[in-house]
Amino acid sequence: MVASTDYLLAVEGLTVSFDGFRAVDDLSFYVDKNEIRVIIGPNGAGKTTVLDLICGRTKATGGSVQFKNRELLKMREDQIVHAGVGRKFQTPSIYDDLTVFENLELSTPGSYTVFGALAFKRTGEVIARIEEIAEMIFLSDLLDQKAALLSHGQKQWLEIGMLLIQDPELLMLDEPVAGMSVAERKKTAELLNTITKGRSVLVVEHDMKFVEDIAHKVTVLHQGKILAEGSMDAVQADPKVIEVYLGH
Amino acid sequence: MSDVSTPDPRQSRLFTASELLGYLVLAAVIFIVLPSVLDAFRLNLFGKYLSYAFVAIGLVLCWGVGGILSLGQGVFFGLGGYCMAMFLKLEASTPENTSIQSTPGIPDFMDWNQLTELPWWWVPFNSLTFTVVAIVVVPVILAFIIGFAMFTRRVGGVYFAIITQAIAAIATILIIGQQGFTGGVNGITDLRTLMGWDIRPDSAKTALYFVNGVLLFAVLFVAHMILKSKAGRLMIAIRDREDRVRFSGYNVANFKIFVFCAGAAFAAIGGAMFTLQVGFISPTLVGIVPSIYMVIFCAVGGRLSLLGAVYGALLVNWAQTTFSESFPELWLLAMGALFIAVVMAFPLGLAGLYDDYLKRHIDRLLAPVDRMMMRRAARKTSPKAPAPTAQAAE
Repeated sequence: MVASTDYLLAVEGLTVSFDGFRAVDDLSFYVDKNEIRVIIGPNGAGKTTVLDLICGRTKATGGSVQFKNRELLKMREDQIVHAGVGRKFQTPSIYDDLTVFENLELSTPGSYTVFGALAFKRTGEVIARIEEIAEMIFLSDLLDQKAALLSHGQKQWLEIGMLLIQDPELLMLDEPVAGMSVAERKKTAELLNTITKGRSVLVVEHDMKFVEDIAHKVTVLHQGKILAEGSMDAVQADPKVIEVYLGH
Repeated sequence: MSDVSTPDPRQSRLFTASELLGYLVLAAVIFIVLPSVLDAFRLNLFGKYLSYAFVAIGLVLCWGVGGILSLGQGVFFGLGGYCMAMFLKLEASTPENTSIQSTPGIPDFMDWNQLTELPWWWVPFNSLTFTVVAIVVVPVILAFIIGFAMFTRRVGGVYFAIITQAIAAIATILIIGQQGFTGGVNGITDLRTLMGWDIRPDSAKTALYFVNGVLLFAVLFVAHMILKSKAGRLMIAIRDREDRVRFSGYNVANFKIFVFCAGAAFAAIGGAMFTLQVGFISPTLVGIVPSIYMVIFCAVGGRLSLLGAVYGALLVNWAQTTFSESFPELWLLAMGALFIAVVMAFPLGLAGLYDDYLKRHIDRLLAPVDRMMMRRAARKTSPKAPAPTAQAAE
């Protein structure tokens, strides 16, 4: 097993195979506290799978994922969330039949058990916190709207808000600006700038402009393995990366 | 934060004015209208229909709100009914009443099957207290075992429906096969008294109808509380997007197990009331066909509406009685056609029609009452209340 480290997240030898196909192959990388790490790579490189493995959605075949020196691979999804890992999905993953307010309310930490949820009381504090988050994600006026009626960009913001209210130490975002208009993209970049302060972020993104704006360090994946890792400039200059990814 | 004069619509309230009106109307129908227009025989029939409404209410929670379709609710209905019947049968099987048997003092069907003493697991059903507890606890334990086995393994959707249907089939086969212990295909019949009170005359049946009505409202209230709680909103979220709920930090399986157990408990109470009002229980009420009927009651009434489920159970059963009295061979076809029509044309059932065409007008009429209720609720929980102790005292 891995020795105790100072890293917030230490991924070592992570492997998953689906019917013999190794989607992620002996992958190792480390994320520091307060670091913003972007994973890029061509389609099918295993980027989303890496996030799925860390948050417990997909079970790994081998390796280890240590978060604050706790092994995540043995935990259930909800336990991983309680440990401090939050996940945003590629397509907006929100509760269509509930209002924006209710979406945020269910994402508020606490009363996770059945009886806790039965006894839960909507206090002024909870309402105030939800209103504060709604303000940040530009949805103050739409709190009582059914989430199904939001635009695509608004749904993305709502899901970011749902993560924000969870207040995770590690935030994992899967293509947060995909499918957004230019104006929405700009607002989202601002939003991400404020919410990434004081926490570590792991982002999967295709939009190179956006990556340049936010990344501290970039990991390039190719066929489930790391092709290159380093600063954006170093990675962009790497001939191997240009060959398989950026050159296209 | 919220001024008392402009109440916050997000302040959680147990009832809105239109919900309250809905319950009052149902109470009027059950406690005033039906008893005054129906003779004792028909009222007893409606009592039987209402015992199915308990199951339909449970299905609203499980299937409508939680997205868990169970095609085996008859098992829980039957367990409740059998528990009640075991108590009543033991009371009816006094040594004096059964003196012609080769072993007097045990239920007649046991004697016919050459049993010479009461099986050990029948003995506790001599106690009414034990029986009342067992009516709820036995089905809940079974539901917990099924739910735990299925939901922690993430079995859901159509697979869960098929498995519950198989369980319903197994339960029927088991009951029929173990004739000496269960009364077999005839069920448990010839029930007479409850703690010495004869349940057979019309007066007793009418009294039981009212007991049934009161219990129905108790169950409705509990279901309403669950739906209005955060757990209720979580069930909707789980139906919408189970994955997201996990990544919001909830153990989804526990919520599914809970709601499945609640549905089982409600069904079992209905089953016990069925036995009391109809005077027998048999495996025909446990198997696949009755379980699917129960889903149809819920679908016709509206699977998202607790009140809809009650009306659905009443209406479909009433239609069945009326229709099958005149055209017995056509009834099954009509039932099938009704189910298809509901699913195709109005998937939210009667309650959906009400929401689409009537609710708007009723809400408008009730708006002043609603505002008044909101203000009262706000006053109770308003942060303006001077000391927290004053709030606690309320």
